[in-house]
Amino acid sequence: MKRHVITALNAFAVFAALVALWQIILWVFHVPRFMLPSPWAVVRAVGARFPSLVNALAITAEESAGGLVASIAVGVLVALLFAQSRWVRKMLYPYTLLLQTVPIIAIAPLILMWMGAGIPAVTFIAFIISLAPIIANTTAGLISVDENLVHLFLMHNASRSQLLFKLRLPHAVPDLFVGIRIASGIAVIGAITGELFAGSSRVGEGGLGYSILYASSQLQTDYLFALVLAATVLGFSFLFLVMFLEWYFLHRWHESARAQEAE
Amino acid sequence: MNTTAGLPEIEIKGVTKQYANAHAVLESMNLVVAKQEFLTIIGPSGCGKSTILKLIAGLAFPSSGTIRVDGKTPQNARETISFVFQDATLLPWRTVEENIGLGLELEHVSNDWRENKIAALLDLVGLKHVARAYPRELSGGMKMRVSIARALVTNPRVMLLDEPFAALDEMSRDRLNEQILRLRAEQNWTAVFVTHSVSEAVFLSDRIVVLAPNPGRIHAEFRVQLPAPRTSSIRTSREFDAIVARVSHTLRETLRQ
Repeated sequence: MKRHVITALNAFAVFAALVALWQIILWVFHVPRFMLPSPWAVVRAVGARFPSLVNALAITAEESAGGLVASIAVGVLVALLFAQSRWVRKMLYPYTLLLQTVPIIAIAPLILMWMGAGIPAVTFIAFIISLAPIIANTTAGLISVDENLVHLFLMHNASRSQLLFKLRLPHAVPDLFVGIRIASGIAVIGAITGELFAGSSRVGEGGLGYSILYASSQLQTDYLFALVLAATVLGFSFLFLVMFLEWYFLHRWHESARAQEAE
Repeated sequence: MNTTAGLPEIEIKGVTKQYANAHAVLESMNLVVAKQEFLTIIGPSGCGKSTILKLIAGLAFPSSGTIRVDGKTPQNARETISFVFQDATLLPWRTVEENIGLGLELEHVSNDWRENKIAALLDLVGLKHVARAYPRELSGGMKMRVSIARALVTNPRVMLLDEPFAALDEMSRDRLNEQILRLRAEQNWTAVFVTHSVSEAVFLSDRIVVLAPNPGRIHAEFRVQLPAPRTSSIRTSREFDAIVARVSHTLRETLRQ
C-alpha cells in the first residue's frame, strides 16, 4: 500500500513539474495566448464550458466503447474461424493486414458517405480501426498451443469443441487482452478521427473531435487544450479499465498479470 | 498380481516409421511388452524413442507394420492408455484438482465420481495441500506429480512416459522414481518408459531395451532382476552398479557405430 502511495506521489510530482515548465515557458518567451494558453486558463475553460465538455466526452466515449466492444466480439469470432484451419487462415489473413494498413483518415469520409454522418458511422470507424489487433493477437493465441497439450486432449478423444473451448480459447485469453489493450487506445483515436469529418452534421451530437475542430477554428485555444485533456483522460480510463479486467481474469495463473502486480 | 500378467499387452510387429523425404526414424521394429511389465527404452538422441511412444498412443502412424494394444489398434485402445510428457504440460488456468480431473471431464464422467477420483489421486501423490493452487505456484517435482496423477485418474492399463523426470533435479527424480514404483505396485499397469538416465532405467525396469540410431532399431535387451520391492537402498548395492555398468557400456557401443 505504501509503495502505491509513493508511486502516485512520484507521478504527481512529474505532472506538477510539467505544468510549472509550461508556465515558465509562457513567462520567459512571451508566447501569445492564442497559441499557448496558461495552465490556469485551461482550468478556467474546463469550468466555464463544463456541460458541453462533458457532453462531447460522453459522445466520444459512447462511440469508442461501442466500437471497441463490437471489435472484441467480431474479432474473437473471426479468430475462432481462423483457428479452424491453416487453409482458411492463409486465404483470409492478408485481408486483416489490409485492415491494419489502410489509413483510417482515408476511409473515414467513405464510411460517412455510406452510412451518413452521426454516432453509428463514427462507432463503425472506431470498430474498423480496433479490429485488426484483436484478430491478430487472438488468432496467434489460439494457434500457439503446445502440441503435447493437443495430444493430451486427443488421447481422451476430445471433440473439436472441447479442444476449442477447453484448450485453445482459455490459452488465448492473455493474447486477447494484449489485443484489447492496443485496441482500447486506437478506438478513441478512431472515434475522434471520425468526428473530425462527421460530427458537425447534427447539432448536439458533436463529440471531442468535432469540438476540437470548432475550438481551433475559433482560436479558443484554452478550450482546445481542455478538449485534448478530456480525450487523454478518456484514453487513459479505457486503458485502466482494460488493465484492471486483465488483472482480474489473469492474476491467479498468468505471468503478465503477476508482473503488473509486482510493479 | 492377477493371472493375466505375462500375456502380451503391446505388440509391435515389423514397424517402420519414415517421414516424407527423410531416412527412417525406426526400421523393422519388433517389440512385445507383457502385461504389467515395466519396460524402459533407452538410447542416444535421434533413435526414435519418443516416436515409439507416439505410435503406441496412436498419435502417429507407422509407415509399415502393425501395432496392437490389448489386441486393438492404438486409436481404439485410447481409453486404456495414458501419456506422461517430458514437461508437465499442465493447463496453467486450472487449479491442481481441475488439472487432475481433465481426462474425466473430457470423457463426460459425472461430477460426483470425478470428485471422488480426484480426491483419491490427490491423496495418492500427496498433493492434497495444494489442491486449489495453480501450476505456477508449484515446484517442478510437484508439477510432475500432478501430471502423473492426471494420467492415472482414468485408470489406465498402459502408461507411456516420455522422459518425465528429465528436467528435474536428482533428489526429486529419485523420489519420484520410488513413487512411480509404489503406484505401479498398487495399480498393476504396464509401463513403457523413455529416459536418458541409465540408473533411472535400471531402478525402475523389469526390462531395458537399448536402441541404436540411424535408423532407430533395437541394439540390445536386458532383464533387470533386482529383488522386489525396490527401495532407495538398492541404488547403492553391488548388483545395481553391475547392471548400470553393463547397460552404460552397451549404450556407448551404439554411439561408436
